[in-house]
Amino acid sequence: MSSAPLLARYAESIFWLARQVERAENLARIIEVQETYARNRSGARDWSSIVQLNSDGEAFSEKHSTANARNVIRFYVTDGDNPTSIKRAISNARENARALRSLVSTEMWMQLNVFYNRLNAIDDKELAPGSLSPLLNEIKHGCQSFTGITEGTFYRDQAWYFYRLGRYIERADQTTRLLDSKYYVLLRDSDVTNVVNTGQWLALLRAASGYHAFRALHQSDLTPWRVAAFLLFNPTFPRSVLLCIKEVDASVTGLKSRYNLRGGNDVAEGLDQLRAILDTRSIDEVLETGLHEFIDFIQRYLSAITDRLGAAFFGHPPVEKAAWQNAELWPPYAADLQTQAQA
Amino acid sequence: MPKRWMGDFVLDSYDPGGFYCEMLRCPATAEIRDRLAHLPIGEFARRAHNAEQALYNLGITFTVYSDSQAIDRILPFDAIPRVLPAEEWERIERGVVQRVTALNLLLDDLYHDQKIFKDGLLPPDLILGNANWRPQMCGVDIPHKAYVNICGTDIIRDDKGVFRVLEDNARTPSGVSYVIENRHMMLRSFPDLADDIGLRSVEDYGIRLVGAMREIAPTNTPGGRDDPVIVLLSPGTFNSAYFEHVFLAREMGVPLVEGRDLFVDNDHVYMKTTAGRARVDVIYRRINDDFLDPEAFRPDSMLGVKGLMRAYFAGNVALANAIGTGVADDKAVYAYMPRIIRYYLAEDAIIDNVETNICREKAALAYTLDNLDRLVVKPVGEAGGYGITIGPRATRAELDECRAKLIDDPANYISQPCINLSVSPTLIDGKVEPRHVDLRPFAITGESTWVLPGGLTRVALRRGSLVVNSSQGGGSKDTWVLE
Repeated sequence: MSSAPLLARYAESIFWLARQVERAENLARIIEVQETYARNRSGARDWSSIVQLNSDGEAFSEKHSTANARNVIRFYVTDGDNPTSIKRAISNARENARALRSLVSTEMWMQLNVFYNRLNAIDDKELAPGSLSPLLNEIKHGCQSFTGITEGTFYRDQAWYFYRLGRYIERADQTTRLLDSKYYVLLRDSDVTNVVNTGQWLALLRAASGYHAFRALHQSDLTPWRVAAFLLFNPTFPRSVLLCIKEVDASVTGLKSRYNLRGGNDVAEGLDQLRAILDTRSIDEVLETGLHEFIDFIQRYLSAITDRLGAAFFGHPPVEKAAWQNAELWPPYAADLQTQAQA
Repeated sequence: MPKRWMGDFVLDSYDPGGFYCEMLRCPATAEIRDRLAHLPIGEFARRAHNAEQALYNLGITFTVYSDSQAIDRILPFDAIPRVLPAEEWERIERGVVQRVTALNLLLDDLYHDQKIFKDGLLPPDLILGNANWRPQMCGVDIPHKAYVNICGTDIIRDDKGVFRVLEDNARTPSGVSYVIENRHMMLRSFPDLADDIGLRSVEDYGIRLVGAMREIAPTNTPGGRDDPVIVLLSPGTFNSAYFEHVFLAREMGVPLVEGRDLFVDNDHVYMKTTAGRARVDVIYRRINDDFLDPEAFRPDSMLGVKGLMRAYFAGNVALANAIGTGVADDKAVYAYMPRIIRYYLAEDAIIDNVETNICREKAALAYTLDNLDRLVVKPVGEAGGYGITIGPRATRAELDECRAKLIDDPANYISQPCINLSVSPTLIDGKVEPRHVDLRPFAITGESTWVLPGGLTRVALRRGSLVVNSSQGGGSKDTWVLE
């Protein structure tokens, strides 16, 4: 099927635009769960886990001496210097949208522009306890509005596929971070395999908008591992890692078949392997090798896929193909990847 | 609604002073004046404010660079339209077509036979010593001899109501996006003003532009002139006119590319796409000649495409506007335009020039120096209203500085009488006051020339100011050409 060519630069910009908006939404979710539910046994909220799960320890401590609510919230909501803040994500998204102005719909651009102006106008008072939750909701809504407007106005051509690629890769990544955030807390509370801190895990589900869906599946049996399994492997929950990877896979397949972009073969191969692992693993097997290790594996694998997208479609230099099968890169899953590759 | 006190309605307390008023002096605006006379000024201001807010939300901005900071600003928009009746427009349209035709004939002659030098109408050094002269273009044939595919002609109206051309913009004139966006905004915010008054549409611009780009496409491309691949080449998001580039690319339905998206291989131009390379046949470039190709012009240009000129001279890609049009819209050449029109077309100029003293000529320099406090002095190479000295408004020190510059480099300057531009009622801080305006119609030329009805009306928002440029505190109005 032929259609208008898409500039490689545009493909990359729309990919990152989608990722940045998705990232901002998920960051708002993570902060929200922290602010609302996440308390340790003495009732104090622990804010350092957000810093850890974003791997921002160094950057954060350069600016702030303690990881208290005030500092962490500023760092992640309004700090324009912090590349992982919500403000920066939306600012970057807007810059990408600006570069894409001739491609994205006017409504997409306008919403993002208004949203960006709103974030720039956040008042210090809005970050205070009691006000933060409405603000985070507003941010979530801002991102969701963008997603909805995009769904309703963006042409379903090549660019749409790159948009979906970005959105679902980022969402998969963020879901693993959300899961990891609670893992950290539990790890420090006590022996991670024994404690069932129900409140914490419910908070996690709520942050992922998965509470009711989870309840419908598991009326009585709420264990952390069922929650983890739900977020990782549920085939119908829109934020589960498996569902996101399926969407990514479908987008790459679409680019290959509808637009005849042969560069996607390498990416598709890698995705097949990841899907196979997600399809066949049980949560018990994951726990056996370690939840954190599994999460880390997925995050690194998604990053490798992003590099390959760059080489395949964005005009970046080629990536060494053998890396998919390099055992040192994928402990403890190298064996699985190799098996898949041979199969 | 009965009037309660003076100042309640839009035009009640408006006084144009001694200036020629575009609204009050024009009989054809009676209906519009009547509608404005029934609009309470508070409501008008509220709707105007909402319209500006919409612009801000749309991010329809231009970028101002100061102190190494880039600030996004919206071009201030005044909601009281500038109206041109059919007969006035018809004359402007003919005048613009005539002017563009003459410019193209001039360029074709300059880059081929140079008959105009031989006939002694134009001093050769004025052209050959010009920074915008491109000797590489000599002997290069341009489709339909259409060098200036997009032209913006700056027209003013003096205090007697006479239209005069102030400047030709034959390189990469900007502003047309505001013409169309302003119209959209007016129709959204003031549909009651525009209903049934016979307003001519401005919607055709993109289609006409694409049409002209097809007409100038190389004939040897895979798609031929029926289906060439057209792109718009922009310097990128940091350019002050980036919004306009986006706007035009969308109106034309073509990719908006930057130099880094293109490359030249075997004298053909390609763009980098997700599927690899894709051939490009026509480039509407919004980058000046000297930045287009580091191989042919400025080697330090990061905006251009290496080898583009090779592809161009090989006839494998068309550029709009053509290379080297800058000699024709030079302020020094401007002074010769009435003679140039007569020379090529055997007609008098339909729209006159503003009387112009060419300071490279001794008598004109002496006259300029003697009358500095009554004249406007302009450097010939600048655009955007920079470097202008308006004698009657200048301080002693400014006049002295201007005098020194003139004596130092007379060939770099022209002078013109200070013309009191016509005014148009303009909403300023909740009141309607007269502000000076000009007009920039846009002409598109492929096989023939078409002029967008109306054009950009720029308005000097500062009280008394005659400088309408957006970089100098100017705004814009919607221009209404009536049927």
